[in-house]
Amino acid sequence: MSEPRFVVVGGGLAGLMATIRIVELGGEVDLFSLVPVRRSHSVCAQGGINAAVNLKGEGDSPEQHFLDTVKGGDFLANQPLPKGMCHDAPAIIYMLERMGVPFSRTPEGRLDFRRFGGTLYHRTAFAGATTGQQLLYALDEQVRRGEADGRVRKFEFWEFLGLVRDGEGVCRGIVALDLRTMQVHAFRGEAVLLATGGPGLVFGRSTNSVTNTGSAAAAAYLEGAIYANPEFIQVHPTAIPGEDKHRLMSESARGEGGRVWVPRKKGDPRPPGEVPAAERHYFLEEKYPRYGNLVPRDIGTREIYDICVNQGLGVGGEMMVYLDLTHIPREELDRKLGGILEIYEIFVGDDPREVPMKIFPAVHYSMGGLWVDYEATRDGLPDPSSPRNHGTNVPGLYAVGECEYQYHGANRLGANALLSCIYAGKIGALAATRYAANLRSSSEGAPSSLYESEKARWTERFAALSRMAGPENPYRLHQELGELMTREVTIVRDNRRLEAADGKLQEMMERWARIGLTDAGAHFNYPLAFVNQLRNMLELARIITLGALQRDESRGAHYKPAFPRRDDDHWLKTTLARRALEGPVLTYESVDTSLVRPVERRYD
Amino acid sequence: MGEKTIEIKVLRKDAPDAPSRWERFRIPHRPKWNIVSCLMEIQRNPVNAAGSPTAPVVWDQNCLENVCGSCTMLVNGRARQACATLVDSLGTAIELRPLTKFPTLRDLVVDRTPMFDALKKVKAWIPVDGTHDLGPGPLLSEEDQALRYALSQCMTCGCCMEACPEYNSGSKFLGPAPMAQSYLFLIHPTGRLHQTELRRIALEPGGINDCGNAQNCVRVCPKKVPLTEAIAGLYRETTIQWFRDLFSRPDR
Repeated sequence: MSEPRFVVVGGGLAGLMATIRIVELGGEVDLFSLVPVRRSHSVCAQGGINAAVNLKGEGDSPEQHFLDTVKGGDFLANQPLPKGMCHDAPAIIYMLERMGVPFSRTPEGRLDFRRFGGTLYHRTAFAGATTGQQLLYALDEQVRRGEADGRVRKFEFWEFLGLVRDGEGVCRGIVALDLRTMQVHAFRGEAVLLATGGPGLVFGRSTNSVTNTGSAAAAAYLEGAIYANPEFIQVHPTAIPGEDKHRLMSESARGEGGRVWVPRKKGDPRPPGEVPAAERHYFLEEKYPRYGNLVPRDIGTREIYDICVNQGLGVGGEMMVYLDLTHIPREELDRKLGGILEIYEIFVGDDPREVPMKIFPAVHYSMGGLWVDYEATRDGLPDPSSPRNHGTNVPGLYAVGECEYQYHGANRLGANALLSCIYAGKIGALAATRYAANLRSSSEGAPSSLYESEKARWTERFAALSRMAGPENPYRLHQELGELMTREVTIVRDNRRLEAADGKLQEMMERWARIGLTDAGAHFNYPLAFVNQLRNMLELARIITLGALQRDESRGAHYKPAFPRRDDDHWLKTTLARRALEGPVLTYESVDTSLVRPVERRYD
Repeated sequence: MGEKTIEIKVLRKDAPDAPSRWERFRIPHRPKWNIVSCLMEIQRNPVNAAGSPTAPVVWDQNCLENVCGSCTMLVNGRARQACATLVDSLGTAIELRPLTKFPTLRDLVVDRTPMFDALKKVKAWIPVDGTHDLGPGPLLSEEDQALRYALSQCMTCGCCMEACPEYNSGSKFLGPAPMAQSYLFLIHPTGRLHQTELRRIALEPGGINDCGNAQNCVRVCPKKVPLTEAIAGLYRETTIQWFRDLFSRPDR
């Protein structure tokens, strides 16, 4: 009998880790990715990965890491999985170290750690300022080893379209589009793991890569998977604006001592170097003496908004503040932050070693995503042997990484994303193989008509899309979507405007049906694929907006001035979005706070 | 007052076996735009310079911040990342072509599979025992880390392959990037445990001995990967192995 074969969609950290684990557990993997996996969005992560190994003698511990994570998420996270993640973090770091990740070192040759937001400990291991790239490469290399051994088949330049489900609703495989030939194919799998990343492109320009449309997660949602906490979107306080995308300026810049300030005088025309220290408003340090510039991202972003919009103190009157590294020695900056300084130099043209950077907040990460389950042991840790871990409500469909909603609650702490991707990939893979071992009938035996009919349905759908000949340009429509979502559904939210935004989104869905395509190509017809993605982005945009509209409180990244406080009595709840015929339906379920009782979240 | 515009000439191809053709576009000039912003403008307004509707230009892209390696193309004849190339640095006439050392699949999209296959050939990975908790990895000096980190920033973009005179259809040479990756794993403490195997692979046809030492690679690398330093290092390693094998390998 052949080895059980699994489908993994997405080749970032979560998908690659899942692939490595499945192979290690005796399975084989068909790995699908829009881009060669080594080019996945994890490559953009800069600052580092958290693990409380306490190599600086500060008394740090996995339990403290867990407490910081849950508090950072404003107590909206179900607690067992983050607890498991924080306790496994040291082992994950050591695994990555053994895989050859060139982590930055101390003089003794050990791993170095830096500070990051939302904690008072040096807990973040890093490889210069391109940690995500280095982690992705290490996992990519291990997957390539599996590929060389014939255990992994890669399908790169393939796009996930939808699920193949049998008569009982069990997920038995996927339908995918070969972008090289624009042909649709169906694939069998004992289980399917989605590791398809976040939906940054729903907001038009974000810090995300262009493949981060959220389209795959939305497709699963449209086929019955529950999408949880869609309204929790992280806006990163420090990015540099661009026409094609906004580029992240890592939190590690502040972790290494970078200071955020604006001139105290409104409209001060002087260049930053000529503003004397006494006339600089270090607003984060003044308001949050304990955490200073390293408050969690939701707080940093709101403070920048307050300074720029409410107080009118933004640099040049714009939504812009200084992020200042000029007091740090050049050599240290080059060694620890070289990668991000280079980005600033290339795209802005100034040398951040000499001139304070001008930065602004940009959409960065989705805490929400596909709803996934877990099973906890009596001591509150996830039970690693449970096939329920990371399973969606669709049997046989798993989700790992940014495309699911666990771990981060209402706000993610910096350097916890890489960790949650790898941890989720690890335990999600184990759960999927357990699930497959318990299956009464293998997908190998599923009738081929199941696959043929789904393939035919999607082939017909793409044929219909390619015939669209209306007046709307899909890229301009996407631009409008992004402008609307960024304006109405990011840092500050208001119910009347959210309602209006949802109306606009429904109009855009109608306009979507009037799109026209000018590309009839049978190879790499990206515009055609984009039209399908755009539809899915609009579906996600609606549940993000409706989730925000319903939630009358302020918690983590979700902030409504009309409801400025967290309201645990009514809203210590996970939002569950389901797709019904008439549109999205939102319900709520309680949060598992069995390990730490929610308290007021303060950083001052 | 007329709006300032730039003219972009793109070498297009509808299918792998279709003929290439030039198409011209005229787009508004905006300060700080990069090549990708220009191509996105064409997506939003897919009309060529003659005013005829056309298919938007197709190119590879992902991160748009010079770290994923996707959007390599020839910009005014030079291999570089489209995202990291600002139009202000180019004047008002821009010419875009696909890389020439790889098969063109569509417009500016090329097939760089050979680069990834080469990484398999040189075994560019650490042969870890497993993902379970085996404790910390080997200690590493700051100096060794710095070199490995510099080499590990290679984003498989293909600029060095385009520039290398030895990497061509008539040669077996795997190219500069895979050679540097071979060295990256050879100098890791765990890789050292397999140095004989790794050095012998690098000695095979297509390996280090096919490098002509033109040093073009290091000049075009967008990540400033010390390619020639790695190649020189690999050359030293393989020379040692060659001598060893000459005197001791029974099958020679």
